[in-house]
Amino acid sequence: MRHPAQTPAPPDGERPRERVTATRAAIAHRAPARRRGTGQWAGWAFLAPVVVYLLAFYAYPLYRNIDLSLRDYTVRSFVRGDAPYTGLANYAKVVRDATFGPALWHTVVFTVASLAFQFAIGLALAVFFHRNFRLSATLRALFLVPWLLPLIVSSSTWSWMLNSESGVVNAVLAAVGIEPVNWLTSPDWSLWSVTIANIWIGIPFNLVVLYSGLQAIPSHIHEAAALDGATGWQRFWKVTFPLLRPVSAITLLLGLVYTLKVFDIIWIMTKGGPSDASTTLATWSYRLGFGTLLPSFGPGAAVGNLLILTALVFGLVYIRVQRRQGAA
Amino acid sequence: MTATRRAWWRTGLGVVFTALMLFPVYWMVNVSFTRDQDMRKSPPYWFPVHGTLEGYRAVLEQQGPYLATSLVVGLGTVALTLAISAPAAYSLAKLRPRGGGVLSFMLLIAQMIPSVIMAMGFYAIYLSTGVLNTVPGLIVADSTLAVPFAVLIFTAFMSGIPEELMQAARVDGAGALRTFWSIVLPVSRNSIITVSLFAFLWAWSDFVFASTLDQGGDHQPITLGIYHYIGNNNQQWNAIMATAVVASIPAAVLLVVAQRYVAAGVTAGAVKD
Repeated sequence: MRHPAQTPAPPDGERPRERVTATRAAIAHRAPARRRGTGQWAGWAFLAPVVVYLLAFYAYPLYRNIDLSLRDYTVRSFVRGDAPYTGLANYAKVVRDATFGPALWHTVVFTVASLAFQFAIGLALAVFFHRNFRLSATLRALFLVPWLLPLIVSSSTWSWMLNSESGVVNAVLAAVGIEPVNWLTSPDWSLWSVTIANIWIGIPFNLVVLYSGLQAIPSHIHEAAALDGATGWQRFWKVTFPLLRPVSAITLLLGLVYTLKVFDIIWIMTKGGPSDASTTLATWSYRLGFGTLLPSFGPGAAVGNLLILTALVFGLVYIRVQRRQGAA
Repeated sequence: MTATRRAWWRTGLGVVFTALMLFPVYWMVNVSFTRDQDMRKSPPYWFPVHGTLEGYRAVLEQQGPYLATSLVVGLGTVALTLAISAPAAYSLAKLRPRGGGVLSFMLLIAQMIPSVIMAMGFYAIYLSTGVLNTVPGLIVADSTLAVPFAVLIFTAFMSGIPEELMQAARVDGAGALRTFWSIVLPVSRNSIITVSLFAFLWAWSDFVFASTLDQGGDHQPITLGIYHYIGNNNQQWNAIMATAVVASIPAAVLLVVAQRYVAAGVTAGAVKD
């Protein structure tokens, strides 16, 4: 792991896993001269399965999703497929819906709070683990556990920990004399509860990526700063943090794209409730389409498409940043 | 002397941080051993002093079919993901046909589409083609979580295969297919392991596709097993947490067996779904 996410993969096949940078290698054109003729044909022959796959299982579902959002579907016309075309009526309906404002606001709060804490805690831990000490590699590996657990496992564990009467969190609070909090059942707290669980799940990702970024900073820079009399605190803010900016940008952007689509955690812990207090765009879209006995696929798909648009905007920013760093 | 002492001080602090971080995992295990009558006890037992295996007995009795389905779905997803992504990556890394860059770009974009939204499109398609509530349908949907990531990872690995090796194969008269099968794949063993592990784990953990495309299926994965548990009997938390512990086994195995691959996968820009 000495080679971080943003260094281009050197062309040796010995231990390629240490320098995987999927995005970079996929974009960079570092190859030997292209062979014409047969190479072209063979190249596309090997790509054919993935092209068919992308068309059938990405493009087509997305097309169906857009189509859903532009028609007035009922359960019956959903099965028969003859729903009337209504243009952007579903979008207008969704935007005017009383849930839209709160859902958008909750998405922003959930995303910003998650990112801020995941990043701050992840960075602090990365700096802490950067100084190698006994057991540091093992402990760092253990930190990956929350990231690897199935989301339903972590979400249901947090649900039970945050249970009002029997949860361990309230038991700890009671021990220090704090009144029990209705974490999941109070409209004031449910959004924070799901955010806390999401922060916990996201810390490992931030830790690992930022740690690999720290490893990439040549140690002589630190030594030079130390010789110049900089304290540890100054070295971090004046040297480490600025040098880590590119990695930080990538971590935050990826985290953003990931957090926007978080659905499982919220749905399993609160179902977006109580009374929409923790509903985000993702859970709202799901509830419209699947959460009730009388599904409204059109509006559900419309909310979903708005979410895709948002994710894509930040996704494109991410790719731009990645590429600019690659060129630099 | 001072250096050693400081190092120990750091280790101690590191252990405390890790313990705090992993407390929810410990708690899941603790609750899975707790007796029903102790479940609502306040303050709770911090250790499973009156440990019971009731919860695990319930898992054995009730969750077997769910676990089996998850295993099948996981393995199917791995097979499909490898079959689609390895040839594509070989082409992008070594054959480099014109237009390959556009395809890589599409894959990057594909990775960012929320699966809640994909689920809705799949639902519409599956409903009209009769694939709804089937295991193959779920495998295909789950593979969309892994294929873009797999192609990008494989491309990165395969770009690292020395060009001399490819040339030697060509001189010996091997065509593209032969080179791929006999040279590129064996050399890429490590990346195949990485991709397989992640594809399996993501399919095993998937809840979004399972809850939308397999809600009424005869064969449901373990994530739905837990979900039904939470919905139906929220009294038996030892059984729920025992199921959760069992459902976490693949993640634990992955971490123990392939820790370095996991870290590499995370750094590669894996966006967990």
